[in-house]
Amino acid sequence: MTDLLERPAAAEHPEPAEQHGPTGLLKWLTTTDHKVIGLSYTITSVMMLVIGGALAELIRAQLTSPNNTLVSFAQYNELFTMHGSVMIYLFAGPFAFGGLANIIVPIQIGAPDMAFPRLNALSYWLYLTGSITMLLGFFTAGGAANFGWVAYAPLSNSLNTPGAGADLWIGGLLLTGFSAIFTGVNLVATIFYLRAPGMTMFRMPIFTWNLLVTAILILLAFPVLTAGLIMLYADRHFGTHIFSVAGGGVPVLWQHIFWFWGHPEVYILALPFFGMATEIFATFSKKPVFGYKGMVFATITIAALSLGVWAHHMFTTGVVLLPFFSIMSLLIAVPTGIKIFNWIGTMWRGQLWFSTAMLMAIGFLVTFLIGGLTGIYLASPPLDFFTHDTYFVVAHFHSVVMALVLAGMGGLYYWGPKVTGYMLNERIGKAQFWFLFIGTQVFTLPMYALGLDGMPRRMAVYPHDPQWKALNDVASLGALLIGLSTVLFVVNLVVSWKKYPAGDNPWDAQTLEWFTTSPPPHHNFYRLPAIRSERPTWDYNHPEHRALGHGTREESH
Amino acid sequence: MRVEAKLLLGLGLFFGLMCAVYWNWSLENAGGVMMFAAMLLGFLPGGYYYFWSRRMRARPEDDPNATAAQGAGVVGTFPGTSIWPFTLGMGAFFTVLALVFGIWLLIPGLGLVGWAAIGGVSESRRGGRV
Repeated sequence: MTDLLERPAAAEHPEPAEQHGPTGLLKWLTTTDHKVIGLSYTITSVMMLVIGGALAELIRAQLTSPNNTLVSFAQYNELFTMHGSVMIYLFAGPFAFGGLANIIVPIQIGAPDMAFPRLNALSYWLYLTGSITMLLGFFTAGGAANFGWVAYAPLSNSLNTPGAGADLWIGGLLLTGFSAIFTGVNLVATIFYLRAPGMTMFRMPIFTWNLLVTAILILLAFPVLTAGLIMLYADRHFGTHIFSVAGGGVPVLWQHIFWFWGHPEVYILALPFFGMATEIFATFSKKPVFGYKGMVFATITIAALSLGVWAHHMFTTGVVLLPFFSIMSLLIAVPTGIKIFNWIGTMWRGQLWFSTAMLMAIGFLVTFLIGGLTGIYLASPPLDFFTHDTYFVVAHFHSVVMALVLAGMGGLYYWGPKVTGYMLNERIGKAQFWFLFIGTQVFTLPMYALGLDGMPRRMAVYPHDPQWKALNDVASLGALLIGLSTVLFVVNLVVSWKKYPAGDNPWDAQTLEWFTTSPPPHHNFYRLPAIRSERPTWDYNHPEHRALGHGTREESH
Repeated sequence: MRVEAKLLLGLGLFFGLMCAVYWNWSLENAGGVMMFAAMLLGFLPGGYYYFWSRRMRARPEDDPNATAAQGAGVVGTFPGTSIWPFTLGMGAFFTVLALVFGIWLLIPGLGLVGWAAIGGVSESRRGGRV
């Protein structure tokens, strides 16, 4: 039934609404509740993480010896293409802006649901069918797409990459692209129009701010990719020559279009995870976010600059404006540095509680710092010419994305109790953290050395060199540790299943989502507190230590 | 509403400046056009919000001293459950598969899309159910 929803006045405590409506499979198919949709997104994307991770383990197994014959060259091409595609398109983005954001953002701002619940459901179905479409490639005669996750022209045209796998890759991306655009529309509309009374823009939690900026970036970037994919499909099947020299087209145009989406995409992936880490640092330091407004402006600045750096992926094409893209890329280090400073400032002299979520967030900070600093080298064209398409680049972005995985796991441990009503086991969680954190460093650090030594990426075999073999073996060991950490996560889910009831606010957290019950009721809130700062739940629970408005100062005595 | 408008207008302004610098310096058209479009995407909704922010009544969510009671009242209509997003999603799925496996898949694909469009719209009109 359609509900005409009214927001109750504070004094009222309406009885929990009778839960009627379908159950089981029909509930899953017909739901428009943002929490159920968000949970579906989270489960599907974690399954994609497991699939993408399994492909990665096969890649690392192949590289344990120089002339390994575990997989053929063609299979290896499929492996690295689908590993990158699954992780970037089907896991990292949907996990953040489809999964956790979908569940948490409306509750953080006191909204009853997303602004367009049916559009939200459609987003999920497009994401699910897009994922299935892309993975169907493995079951076709020619195998899955094998032109790398960037699908550079002219390698991706119908002569060089014939077969259904590549077309399924394009089709899957069309579906998931529209899914992302719809989610972006939904997030912007929700945050602009459905905030609770008193929840001004500068009282929104940093996670919500980051998701707002992410959503705007989605709206700027994803349509470009979708247009590019349609052009690529037309080149492959309708005889156009947009990306081929033969008919007067320009192959490098594909790179411009792809990276004009692709670099903002890096921040579409990263910003939600930055937001998760920020919330975790604040909660487990028992302090407000240090430099709240600086944090918001850093997020906006990163997003704004990220639209002007796409061609730093194309330095070696020789046809891009090196100084412009180098300056813009280096500038991004400034707001990112502000963020890292503020994260440390949030923890500084706080009452630190080293829960699993906090450990994951600290692991994120360390790993992201390594990934970020190596990114500064790559922003310099002379250094990029030297390291382009080597394992140095691979190591750089794996440091970045593994940092995001750490933050995402932190987010699951942090918000999991809110979503399900039950805690996860902390001992297994901490074991998972150490496997994941140590595994990440053992996995990425040797690849930096390999890259500086000149090992090219995307090669199934490499020359007999004892040093290269040793470094590759260490990297593979790291990948194995990361795989084990994922196994531990699944074990934790099984062991903790409905075992440790969480209560409404197990972490003594600060933001509005911890004010309602765990799990939240249909339409989220029975009542709302007075919102006078960016941490209303804390103000309500600790009236003697209320947060002060920005720019106000309480007289000490 | 002012903050929302300023955010979008500010982004549009930044993209406009970046577009001008980049296009004049590099003389490369693809990036210039895309940045110009990004500028429009900042200015169009930003301008709309700015226009209305000066004309609408102050909203309780923009009032730092608002009480929960001020926000009482109708928030909007929210469908409880609906099968149409799933139907539309399946239609889109078959339509995309038609690009790969054969044009005949457009029959179920576009059929489901059309059915979902009619069903979804009429559900909005009458307040639908499953």
